[in-house]
Amino acid sequence: MARPITYYLRADKMPHIWCEGCGHGIVMGAVLRAIDSLDLDKNNVCVVSGIGCASRAPGYLDFDTLHTTHGRALAFATGIKMMKPNLDVIVLAGDGDLAAIGGNHLIHAARRNINVTTICFNNSIYGMTSGQYSPMTPTGKMATTAPYGNIEEPFDLCDLVFAAGASFVGRGTAYHAGPLSRLIAKAIATDGFAFVEAVSQCPTYFGRRNKMRNALVMLDWQKEHAVTKKAASRLSPEEMADKFIIGEIGTRIRPEYTKRYEAIIEAATKETDDNV
Amino acid sequence: MESKTKIRLMQGNEACAEGAVAAGLRFFAGYPITPSTEIAEELAAILPKVGGKFIQMEDEIASISAIIGASLTGVKSMTATSGPGFSLKQESIGFAAIAEVPCVIVNVMRVGPSTGVPTAPSQADVMQARWGTHGDHPVVVLCPTSVAETYTLIVEAFNISERWRIPVVFLMDEGIGHMREKVVIPDSGELKIVNRLRPTCKPEDYLPFDADAGDGVVPPMADFGTGYRYHLTGLTHDRTGFPTTKRPEVDALIRRLCSKIDKAKQEVTFVDEVLTEDADIAVFAYGITARAGAKAVRDARALGISAGLLKAKTLWPFPEEHVERIASKVRAIIVPEMNMGQLVREVERASKGKTKVISLTRVDAEPISPDQILTALKEV
Repeated sequence: MARPITYYLRADKMPHIWCEGCGHGIVMGAVLRAIDSLDLDKNNVCVVSGIGCASRAPGYLDFDTLHTTHGRALAFATGIKMMKPNLDVIVLAGDGDLAAIGGNHLIHAARRNINVTTICFNNSIYGMTSGQYSPMTPTGKMATTAPYGNIEEPFDLCDLVFAAGASFVGRGTAYHAGPLSRLIAKAIATDGFAFVEAVSQCPTYFGRRNKMRNALVMLDWQKEHAVTKKAASRLSPEEMADKFIIGEIGTRIRPEYTKRYEAIIEAATKETDDNV
Repeated sequence: MESKTKIRLMQGNEACAEGAVAAGLRFFAGYPITPSTEIAEELAAILPKVGGKFIQMEDEIASISAIIGASLTGVKSMTATSGPGFSLKQESIGFAAIAEVPCVIVNVMRVGPSTGVPTAPSQADVMQARWGTHGDHPVVVLCPTSVAETYTLIVEAFNISERWRIPVVFLMDEGIGHMREKVVIPDSGELKIVNRLRPTCKPEDYLPFDADAGDGVVPPMADFGTGYRYHLTGLTHDRTGFPTTKRPEVDALIRRLCSKIDKAKQEVTFVDEVLTEDADIAVFAYGITARAGAKAVRDARALGISAGLLKAKTLWPFPEEHVERIASKVRAIIVPEMNMGQLVREVERASKGKTKVISLTRVDAEPISPDQILTALKEV
């Protein structure tokens, strides 16, 4: 790392609001290390978030930062990116924010393939409101609104976003912080919509209720259950049943939205010239 | 000298789109909805020709969110919708109010509630325009009475939004939106254009929500991407832009935001008075209804009734001083509205018991006719 992490932080806004053992600080650190590895200009980075624990991250970051309404970060980010395409626009969002109330914006941003990097801090629970089940809560797990166990199936967010048209999707964990940071750097460097699901831990509201009594237990769980694509190829479907893949999941080259808009400007301006 | 004045036959929605561009609009995000869709269609064609951009978003909420984002880059932004979409946008209107992001929201009113009558005019969103989003908040609501007025009044909407860093709601109705009328397009030099105040201090000295750095009410606003590196949030915040729940800071923020309306009142109140000098009976009307009001007043005069018209182009802040002054000298004020009687309550409040206030309502998806108002004038 070329610069100390404090270079990118609003240290005067600390201490942060996150609970003891929360994985979000690790994920935020991975984002900053990725930005540093790419040597991005602080004045040219814009970080946008919605509502929830993860969405409080931008407040601690020394960029232009925008803490918006619940689920809408990608829609706000779309307006910013369209009118200032040279900005590096990064969206930080929780799983409830992004996959539930903001799910429509997520798939449409991916479909347009607008050059916004989205990091989903997936702790499988609504933490800010103290532990309700989210679209990423595994089946059978407990939550305050699933007192008899969650009967819903979670999304595979990476598959969803890739199917919707993103140029880059990948998954990492708070435990694998180094690889996560490198994955995020690749996402930011992608010219198109890039999505990283960062599996994080919420010991306070998910762990306590689900027999994972502290952050260490939860980080161990990440370590035991995350497998690379290569390792996954050697496992049987039964062995893969409770595992998840980390690393790059999908990449494709597709025209980026704001660049495509240049064609509209060209056509519209040509029409004007022709009329003169 | 050659005149650059252009006379055109325009639709109300078209005048709204072109007036907005004349005001400096460079970003529009919208979602198809009757009867406002022509505004989006016009701007999809015009904006890329003038260095602007258009996007059709996935829904109404995304549209207003995108324009707030675009405004933060320093660009004048607008969205347009009708009742159901206006309901969906309310949360983000509150965000624009608390984060002080200039933007214009057009609502071409149709009959509601819910899907109602999408293709017919109504004036039933005037209270929602003021109070639709939760919490105390500043908002200015303008309402044109003709296609020509739409063109010039939308320019004022942008000016007010930029000057006071507030969302401005532009209330049209299906009648004005789809009507075609003569418009004398003003020369661009004739239009007064206002741009937001930007900071002149060094980035390290910038306190994004310090109103004392501006005029004591509105803080200067930096464009994203210009090195000021500041934070905006929908949470109550202190002068640095960071969340606070400290009681005095919360109190100071809410009071300052709402004080914008008191400070702006003179500047943002547009009211035309027709034959009110010697009137002993008045009509208070707005939007397309004000035209029926004008005709009714002329017809009443021909019959020897001393009628006058108060035509409000600013609905919020409510022009209470105008109403009170008229109330003190007329026998009655008739308030025709294409709703169950919404602004009539404001007229009653502002009249302070000095005159009789008569509500005239119509909710059958047809405009109020001059004859209806004339009948009321004769009966008083």
